Amino acid sequence: MIDPFHRQTRRHFFEKCGVGLGSIALGDLLAKERSDNPMALRRGHHPAKAKNVIYMFMAGGPSHLELFESKPKLNEFHGQLPPDSLVEGKRFAFLGEGAKLLGSERKFAKYGESQMVLSELLPHHRKIVDEVCWLRGMKTDVFNHGPAKLFMNTGFQVPGRPSMGSWVTYGIGSESRDLPGFVVLQSGPRGPRAGNALWSAGFLPSSYQGVPFRGSGDPILNLNNPTGITPGRQRDFVDVVGSLNRERLDVTGDPEISTRISAYEMAYRMQSSAPELMDFSGESQATLDLYGAEPGGNSYANNCLLARRLVERGVRFVQLYHTDWDHHGGPGQTLGKDLEKVTKEVDQASAALVIDLKQRGLLDDTIVVWGGEFGRTPMGETRNNKVGGRDHHIDAFTMWVAGGGFQPGMKYGKTDDFGYEVVDEAIHVHDLHATLLHQLGFDHERLVHRFQGRDFRLTDVHGHVVKDILV
Amino acid sequence: MSVVRADCGSDSLTRDPVIGRAPSNPYSPPMAKGSAWATALLISAGLLSAEDTVDFNRDIRPILSDKCFQCHGPDEETLKADLRLDLRDSALGTKAIVPGKSNESLLVERITSDDPDEMMPPPKIKKPVTTEEAALLAKWIDQGANYADHWSFEPLKTDGEKNSIDEFIVAELEKHGLALSPEADPGTLARRLFLDLTGLLPPPNRVDSFLREYETSPDGAVAALVDELLESPHYGERWGRHWLDQARYADSNGYTIDGERVMWPYRDWVIRAVNDNMPFDQFTIEQIAGDLLPDPDKAQLVATGFHRNTLINQEGGTDDEQFRNEEVVDRVNTTGAVWLGLTLGCAQCHTHKFDPITHREYFEMFAFFNSGTDVNNTGATVEVGEGELFLDSPDPKKVSALEAAKKTLAKVTSEKGKRQAEWEKTMTQPVDEAAPAKWIRATPETFKAEGGAPLQLLDDLSLLAGTGAPNETYRIQLPPSENPVAALRLKLLTHESLPQNGPGLAGNGNIVLTSVEFFANGKPITVAQAEHDHAQPNYSSAFTIDGNPDTGWAINVGKGSAPGAKMNAEHEVAYTLAKPLSPGTAIEVVMRHEKNANYNTGRFAWETSATAPPPVAKRKLFTIAKRPTEERSEEDRKFLEAEFAKVDVEQRKAQNEVEAARKELGIGKAVKTMVMRDLPEPRDTFIHLRGDFLRHDEETGALHPGVPAVLPAMEKKPEERDRLDLARWLVRPDHPLTPRVTVNRVWMRYFGKGLVETENDFGTQGAFPTHPELLDWLALTFVDNGWSMKELHRLIANSKTYRQSSNAVPEAAKVDPLNKLLARQNRIRVEAEIVRDAALSASGLLHPGIGGPGVMPPQPEGVYAFTQRKVNWVAADGPDRFHRALYTKFYRSAPYPLLTTFDSPDFQSVCTGRVRSNTPLQSLTLANDEAMFEIAKGLGARTMREVEGSDTDRIRHAFSLCYSRIPSPQELDAVAVFQQKQAQSFSNDKAAADSVAPEEFPDSFTLAEAASWSAVARALLNTDEFITRE
Repeated sequence: MIDPFHRQTRRHFFEKCGVGLGSIALGDLLAKERSDNPMALRRGHHPAKAKNVIYMFMAGGPSHLELFESKPKLNEFHGQLPPDSLVEGKRFAFLGEGAKLLGSERKFAKYGESQMVLSELLPHHRKIVDEVCWLRGMKTDVFNHGPAKLFMNTGFQVPGRPSMGSWVTYGIGSESRDLPGFVVLQSGPRGPRAGNALWSAGFLPSSYQGVPFRGSGDPILNLNNPTGITPGRQRDFVDVVGSLNRERLDVTGDPEISTRISAYEMAYRMQSSAPELMDFSGESQATLDLYGAEPGGNSYANNCLLARRLVERGVRFVQLYHTDWDHHGGPGQTLGKDLEKVTKEVDQASAALVIDLKQRGLLDDTIVVWGGEFGRTPMGETRNNKVGGRDHHIDAFTMWVAGGGFQPGMKYGKTDDFGYEVVDEAIHVHDLHATLLHQLGFDHERLVHRFQGRDFRLTDVHGHVVKDILV
Repeated sequence: MSVVRADCGSDSLTRDPVIGRAPSNPYSPPMAKGSAWATALLISAGLLSAEDTVDFNRDIRPILSDKCFQCHGPDEETLKADLRLDLRDSALGTKAIVPGKSNESLLVERITSDDPDEMMPPPKIKKPVTTEEAALLAKWIDQGANYADHWSFEPLKTDGEKNSIDEFIVAELEKHGLALSPEADPGTLARRLFLDLTGLLPPPNRVDSFLREYETSPDGAVAALVDELLESPHYGERWGRHWLDQARYADSNGYTIDGERVMWPYRDWVIRAVNDNMPFDQFTIEQIAGDLLPDPDKAQLVATGFHRNTLINQEGGTDDEQFRNEEVVDRVNTTGAVWLGLTLGCAQCHTHKFDPITHREYFEMFAFFNSGTDVNNTGATVEVGEGELFLDSPDPKKVSALEAAKKTLAKVTSEKGKRQAEWEKTMTQPVDEAAPAKWIRATPETFKAEGGAPLQLLDDLSLLAGTGAPNETYRIQLPPSENPVAALRLKLLTHESLPQNGPGLAGNGNIVLTSVEFFANGKPITVAQAEHDHAQPNYSSAFTIDGNPDTGWAINVGKGSAPGAKMNAEHEVAYTLAKPLSPGTAIEVVMRHEKNANYNTGRFAWETSATAPPPVAKRKLFTIAKRPTEERSEEDRKFLEAEFAKVDVEQRKAQNEVEAARKELGIGKAVKTMVMRDLPEPRDTFIHLRGDFLRHDEETGALHPGVPAVLPAMEKKPEERDRLDLARWLVRPDHPLTPRVTVNRVWMRYFGKGLVETENDFGTQGAFPTHPELLDWLALTFVDNGWSMKELHRLIANSKTYRQSSNAVPEAAKVDPLNKLLARQNRIRVEAEIVRDAALSASGLLHPGIGGPGVMPPQPEGVYAFTQRKVNWVAADGPDRFHRALYTKFYRSAPYPLLTTFDSPDFQSVCTGRVRSNTPLQSLTLANDEAMFEIAKGLGARTMREVEGSDTDRIRHAFSLCYSRIPSPQELDAVAVFQQKQAQSFSNDKAAADSVAPEEFPDSFTLAEAASWSAVARALLNTDEFITRE
């Protein structure tokens, strides 16, 4: 049987002209008639080093000063005012004048051949120090959560632009026929700030928007038939709808109807492929233990395992949000037990994902990204009359990437003695975007979409590929 | 899965062989070289024959704009080599262009060079000129290199020869050897008109009458139906919704906190204005600057909500000034997009690269909007009652009665302090150490519910109610008491048979008890006070004895409830009588539930006491009242105020009178909706360097409000201009953009795309109109008709062009694959809201009421697994459950899933035209969504209810309800076989049949048959045809 999902129609490909990479001339379109399908595989601008992305987003802004950066000077000057030269003209979300430096109480040590510094809070990360490319000179532009998350995901701080996952699937499609190309997973006490705008397709077609999957149970809304509709009855239903649609197709000749028929077939397939995806019974106990995953629960660990399973099934871009990293120092936000809690939730599974991908030979093809929307200030923040946390900080923070042609075991980026400013090897958010796109086969300046009279890109008018960190 | 580009973000660059040319192709091979290249290319391009004249606006400007203007265009900052290719003098002066001599023109030399240092555009720009484009440019130069001003900035013009839509369309079709398609089937036509004009499906009997009229006079039948639909109140909902997209209307503030906001009065204003056919110029002025009109009325203030639909960032630690600037930027950009069809936003950071709009001009527009009193907050509001905006010439007597009642209320309110002080004095008596009440549960002698709800006496003497009328009244006769009765107590009790265990019968276990009355021998007993253990905010037990059926006692937990308060638990109210009753009095209790449907009490008991209960709150009250004013804490103050409010009869009476007067007028509950208001002194506006609001261009200094120089000049002096001047300027009759942009968008709704395909970009980067003369003729006619929208609709909807069949025409597709010439209508998948509305109207479940606060239909579980904000989404019971989708509450961070699945935007910013996609998630939604399935059951029930005949007749009826046509034999057969198979399958599966069958259906059907008709209905609602306007 011909897979109706890949059946082509003439009108589609014409209508799709505005959707292709850049602007495509008519002749090319004729040749591309077979590729009418938003998720059809397309070539990028140059051969890709990686196929997939798993992006672990630590929503709230993890403190680089408690996790990745040991700064003895910060401890030495604890309780003193930072030098004027550092804070002059700077704006913060909450800190007022007179905020004093706050030393870190965490113990740090160097690990692996790379001699990467890690704090005691990340014991499992020690296992991947030499697999990971450590970016300690990250910089961003925006210091409120919502706008900063939008900036990290869409390159722009106001809602309405396409997210990275949308750009990537728009550019090269997805290999999965039964699952969406861009999937979003979430764990933690609440959804990330800025919500659906973070995985929005913006002005790209909505087929490219991220599809939120729940970590357990039915991953997609409306996946289950209404009560009383058995799979057999659903099959009858899809069949009769299909035959009515084909009758109408004969009358009107509108190829949109065959797309609709295909959509019903794919929906029907998703109804069985999605539960299979969520079923961990085929995973060995060793794998479950590696992640710390427990079938049936809704945890970050489960989501990491799910991310691997999604990538295995051809999903192009998986994004995991874990919330609760906003450690200002108030109740539930201390750098003490509250930070310990959230690092415990993510440390093991984050490392496990890298290890598992590697042992299955998937790491070469998959870029794993880990990080938040910004870092945290070297100055302490006072909440409830106690200095127990740090404010949002945009001038320096740490992220890491692994696989997908990034230099394993590399430390890139140096910050000053307080971890305040990047002094060397800085990577701006736009540069990170440019580099990720590069590995996926795109020239970030040419991955554009014309909207309201102008060519838009993920990197706006900025961004440089950071060649130094690539293999 | 596919994507059909409509608009929002489409800007499809595709040009087809008929109109316009394909723009550059980044993948096309490098340009051929050699001296004879131009000739060769002219032949190979094949798009242009030798005698064709190159049109600057159609053929040349798009190339120059796309490839050259970035460095050789209006932006002085990025200008290279002092060459501006947008100005003919500059181009000629530098010999870039030598008219008539392409081989001497430097432009041609440079764009055809393969020397990386010479070639233009430079390789790093990554926008190579294609061979076809080079050929066009050369030919244009050889023909004299004539420039023309950009078409959309030129005045509207018409040659006066053609005088109908069809003449323009047919003339263009004939040029290409094509003709209009035959008219659509009358049934299809009726369905098309209903969907386009009202967004609902036609009732079958209206289709029948239309078919009869059509037989005698097709034109007359169409004209009559168009007129009828334009007078339908649903027309305002349908076309108001299109406008609300542009207004980025939503019911929440956006960003991360996304708190709820009250803007629905603005939505109602739009519906009303559209239904009233408010001329578009006035419609514009009231929304942009209604507050600045002389003596504006309330509706004109509400209209300014248009620009209050901007986002508000409530996140902690935000700089309000930053987000105020974002709001102003959004107001400028939205105004540019909606009225001018221009991308003003491009000039926010620098002078526009392509269009003649400078950085400075952007901020001159900004200055019009820079003086709002709102600073990333609610700002100015105006009070509006439900339904108020729909009032037609209200009775002046009733209006003045309301005014008088309001005046009294204001007076009473202003004297509250005085009254309270007096009252406080009386509260300083020593605490009354009355003996504690001893409650004895009474055995009801008789009890009944007037609406028929079953009442069952349980062992503990409590009564358990079942479902009866939505608004039940219970009557309970208590036996003559042995002791005197000083107080009665109502106990609410939980029970496992009740929703959420009760104690109420509402879906969440709540009640709204509006009145409790006691009678002795038929005479009312006066109650001194009611005291509860817990009440929902604004639902005090005191409301059960105030005689007002619109207020009552409820027990949900909300802001201000005591910590740990629970709804689904035991609660009580003690009623202290004014005078104790002597022993032996038999008391009748009447409990009324007059406000909310189905909020009846579930399980309860009555108790009596010979002594009045000790005043729970009074000890505290006396202590605090004794405290000197200056020693009272904020909490004390609030407590006293709340206590006084309970006994402040005067205040309540005045309030009730206002409510009563409102009700007389047909106005419901009042809310405060956000409106525009300006500061008395305008803020200074500076250019923001690189668009950064912190970097003012002090050198240029403060700017006066102004409009781009390329557009008609404003008459008023710069220092005197305000928003009202801008509003009036936008709708000047000689404005080149507003009428064109507006008629183009209306056209787009009827044909799936505009005459200018880039409906949001009428600038130089936008598409050239497919029918420029028609566009101008429509725009001029629109203005001449007094900006009447309904006249515009009549023009389009009565045209042969609109009335054509949408079936494919293979011959025409060869010449015009994108159907730009309109040799047929287009089949258009309806918008998200209409998917639901069409289903509601087919099923007969639709609640046809117009306007009012947002509603919550059922939505799937798990929506909030991914949102920062969790909305307390309680699916509505009653009519609100089946209200049209434009009334569904819209939270920007967590929109109603059906809407976004069908491409509703998230209203973060202006949307002038939506995308249309076709995805499996849509299939899952239509097939499985709880709300859709409920509607399918409704349609199944309707099919059974309305047809007594055969199964075949029922299928025919269902087809006419859904598609306004009869089924083909093949369709009939397919559905009949399906229905029989389903009935068979359900007959062996009673549980499944029970879940699938409608709740109510005629006795003549078995349960399995009923389930099979739900299944048929579900199938018919899931076809492509159902959600398509053919």
